[in-house]
Amino acid sequence: MHLDHAHTHNGPSAVSADAHRPDGSRRALRIGLGGPVGSGKTATVAALCRALREELSLAVVTNDIYTREDAEFLLREAVLPPERITAVETGACPHTAIRDDISANLEAVEDLEDEVGPLDLILVESGGDNLTATFSKGLVDAQIFVIDVAGGDDIPRKGGPGVTTADLLVVNKTDLAPYVGSDLARMAADAKAQRAELPVVFQSLRSEPGVRDVADWVRAQLTAWRA
Amino acid sequence: MSRAALLVLADGRFPAGGHAHSGGAEEAVKAGRITGAASLEEFCRGRLHTAGLVAASLAAAAAVGVDAVALDAAADARTASPALRVAARKLGRQLMRAARATWPSGELDELARRFPKGAHQPVVLGVAARAAGLGAVEAAYCAAYESVSGPASATVRLLSLDPFDATGVLARLAPTVDLVVDRAVEAGRRVVGGGVEELPAGAAPLLEIGAEVHAAWAVRLFAS
Ligand SMILES: Nc1nc2c(ncn2[C@@H]2O[C@H](COP(=O)(O)OP(=O)(O)OP(=O)(O)O)[C@@H](O)[C@H]2O)c(=O)[nH]1
Ligand SMILES: [Mg+2]
Repeated sequence: MHLDHAHTHNGPSAVSADAHRPDGSRRALRIGLGGPVGSGKTATVAALCRALREELSLAVVTNDIYTREDAEFLLREAVLPPERITAVETGACPHTAIRDDISANLEAVEDLEDEVGPLDLILVESGGDNLTATFSKGLVDAQIFVIDVAGGDDIPRKGGPGVTTADLLVVNKTDLAPYVGSDLARMAADAKAQRAELPVVFQSLRSEPGVRDVADWVRAQLTAWRA
Repeated sequence: MSRAALLVLADGRFPAGGHAHSGGAEEAVKAGRITGAASLEEFCRGRLHTAGLVAASLAAAAAVGVDAVALDAAADARTASPALRVAARKLGRQLMRAARATWPSGELDELARRFPKGAHQPVVLGVAARAAGLGAVEAAYCAAYESVSGPASATVRLLSLDPFDATGVLARLAPTVDLVVDRAVEAGRRVVGGGVEELPAGAAPLLEIGAEVHAAWAVRLFAS
């Protein structure tokens, strides 16, 4: 949609995922993080903020299901100043708010850009959901699907839209693999079979190098976005 | 007038944010005022005759071209609860976005310029109906029906109510929706000559109080 290109800074905000803001400047890259409940989405967001906040202007949108816990965790951990973190209420249905009706999330990202911008990157975390939850292309430019080794090492084999199509698959909590009997080699092979050339990162946020590989992937996305 | 356009605008899946709101049902469930299909029906009937009638009248007036700024102020005056005013503006903003993408129109652009953070949802609904080639009757139907379909679908989630029972409630309310729409359209048309004083001001104090209570909860499924 390019309905707003002719308008000035005071004009109405864009109606969709236009790559430009109403004033003609390029908007922030938006990356969505989805995945099952408790897989480590918020922990990954927090680690990304710590890794990138010195080099990038960042903000976060959380989509909690019935609390503000994710936003409150990020605030408590002080990963970003409070005005850079916004919680969207999703009415019991997180995948609706990130896929079928993205209007509240679009408002949140646009308000962040208006109020604390210019921004380089906005991370949008979905409330924990099932394996079919994916972000609309109208909301994010790229998406990360976060699963963990404790949720069962057959999740990559089961596939589903998140595992199969996300721009990056993160298999988190590898430190727990020995305790829950998860076979990381098998998870990697299954993920490869589902995703062909799409990238997969195995990480543990409890040990070095933590979120490093995901942060590098985000930097590469940003470089491509700016090109 | 295209009937198909009406179906697009009235579709519960029209992506304008309604799914995150319960129309007061979440608070009423917690307070024990909605416990099943029968009490849901009474709740919806009350809502239809109060908030529903006001919303439908605002939508009808906006659909016949009454100044949106005056209507928005009239909506404020008829919404005692600050939490409900915030919710109405949020939903208005979301509807504005969806409508502008769906039926591009100068009037919607103008409304967005005038209210970048959103006008009251029924006012936007009326302007959106105009942009979709619809009239006062259709706008009023959308508003009146939404005032009960929102709580009904929220209650399905909140109480795990049988979805067939919830839909049955909506079907039984249909004649009342028709009546409310008739009154709303008359009122909306009177506003053209008589000003916004012609709009009904039916209030449901318990809904307003409930909205304030709900807004203060730390844990809730719905935004309002
Ligand atoms: N052992 C271990 N625990 C982790 C790791 N990453 C996250 N956790 C823990 O897993 C729990 C859930 O992490 P969150 O980041 O809240 O998960 P989430 O995906 O955001 O959860 P929801 O938003 O509720 O769906 C927390 O107790 C984290 O500390 C990891 O790499 N290893
Ligand atoms: Mg989380």
